[in-house]
Amino acid sequence: MGQNNRQDKGGIMGKTIIPIGPYHPLQEEPEFFTLTVEGETVVDIDVRIGYNHRGIEKLSEMKTFENCTFVVERICGICSTSHPYAYTRAVEDIIPMEVSMRSKYIRTIIAEGERLHSHLLWLGLAGHFLGYNTVYMWAWKLREEILDVMEILSGNRNNYAMFKPGGVRRDINAEDIPICLKKIDSIVPTLVMLKKAVIDDPVLHARLKGVGVLSYQDSINFSALGPTSRASGVARDVRKDSPYGAYQEMEWDMIVTKNGDVFDKAVVRILEMFETIKILKYCLNNLPDGEIDAKIKDIPPGEGIGHIEAPRGETFHYVKSDGTNRPLRHKVRAPTFMNFPTYKATVKGQTISDATIILAAIDPCYCCTERIAVKDVKGRMLYDGQDLIRLSREKTEKIKQRMGGK
Amino acid sequence: MSLKLKALLKSPWVFHLSTGSCNNCDIETLDCLTPRFDIERFGMLLVGSIKHADVLLVSGSCNRMSVERMKELFEQVPKPCLVVAIGTCAGSRGIFKDSYNCPVPLDKIIPVDVYIPGCPPKPEAIIAGAVKLIEKVGSTL
Repeated sequence: MGQNNRQDKGGIMGKTIIPIGPYHPLQEEPEFFTLTVEGETVVDIDVRIGYNHRGIEKLSEMKTFENCTFVVERICGICSTSHPYAYTRAVEDIIPMEVSMRSKYIRTIIAEGERLHSHLLWLGLAGHFLGYNTVYMWAWKLREEILDVMEILSGNRNNYAMFKPGGVRRDINAEDIPICLKKIDSIVPTLVMLKKAVIDDPVLHARLKGVGVLSYQDSINFSALGPTSRASGVARDVRKDSPYGAYQEMEWDMIVTKNGDVFDKAVVRILEMFETIKILKYCLNNLPDGEIDAKIKDIPPGEGIGHIEAPRGETFHYVKSDGTNRPLRHKVRAPTFMNFPTYKATVKGQTISDATIILAAIDPCYCCTERIAVKDVKGRMLYDGQDLIRLSREKTEKIKQRMGGK
Repeated sequence: MSLKLKALLKSPWVFHLSTGSCNNCDIETLDCLTPRFDIERFGMLLVGSIKHADVLLVSGSCNRMSVERMKELFEQVPKPCLVVAIGTCAGSRGIFKDSYNCPVPLDKIIPVDVYIPGCPPKPEAIIAGAVKLIEKVGSTL
């Protein structure tokens, strides 16, 4: 199907373009990759997104502060806690206020439960991409137990609707906690087995080590986030660097590895699951008493930012209020938006067969990342990247002048 | 036509199509294949190519860019083909009703046979929907 631009000069193969997507058996989401290859080697990659764009930011600006949490929850099904968490923190930053200790614990429990099932989902899909379907089935079977825990705690398997500005929407019943702890404990032996099966498997070593290496410097240059950067030795985690929720209450380790290849990204996620189980169990065992909702009445005019560590990296929300009951501006930046461009560094020079697992290694979430470009009727783009950089620089200058700088 | 439909009901092979969803319905559809639910015991199989499909599972709120691709794919499915709309988005666009990028609901674009509501529908609901589809089509033969 590829468009062959063969320029036969002395028998050297020309460049061939291989389109992947937008509907491809390996992808659940529509997205369109263009791989440029020379023989077996990938020399360039480009991606076209926009098949998932639903205009969330605009929709959010049409809803009240309370209702926004439901919209941002539906940015992405797997990050359905991270986005409301970052959003509620942004709204609380406008007021500013602190939520009660009990609601902090409940938020942490829900966020860590999400991290656990998200990492298991990634592990399964990674196995599927490699043709190792045993791991896929095992990991997804374990994931069901965690989804059961989430269903007991929140009432739904995926969209939890637990967050609201000022606290949480519903309480955790004391009688549910032992059942949840039992279920979480029940996955640990299989998880240990799965860890051994992945980390000590010579086949996976041969397949993944040294593949798609993201160096420390590249990770800094591309501003990679979350497990993608921690696998390259960048020790950054919002939970440690600017603690929120209940994360400073207990002991847990940040997992950092050095090599930056696909294998290390898998190791970081697998070991992180054990830390997550530690945090989850501490929170469930030491849930403090108190109010769960601060009952916010009015949001004053102002700006707020909220950032949290999602399973894929830092999720960032910006909310601007003008004193009415709806946000004037709501800006979302999901972790995949920053991790996306690292493809340019990791895929080049690798073979086609490794390209899919390298693309999957950052745990991409395209529905979080969606952006659109606005074109006029003649098909010209109204703003390109350079224009936007220029506009934001001009605005920064204006703000500097207003604040009395040079 | 009815003989072809009858043959199709024994083991409907499904193709999964996301038209701009939040991924939840897609993950729950994949969940149906994993050990706890195991929809393959009913003869259903997720296929990689649209040319092998008997049933189209459509999720998502029909975004402008993906609708063009969806129409192309719908022309390529061997007929007769059954269409299942998974989730509230595919059914009525749900929370994205007022969005500038989701102007038309799915059933105005292609004919839909079964709607499975829910945000996201549980795997049990998806399996129940599949069974209802087989019953509904079987009773018309």
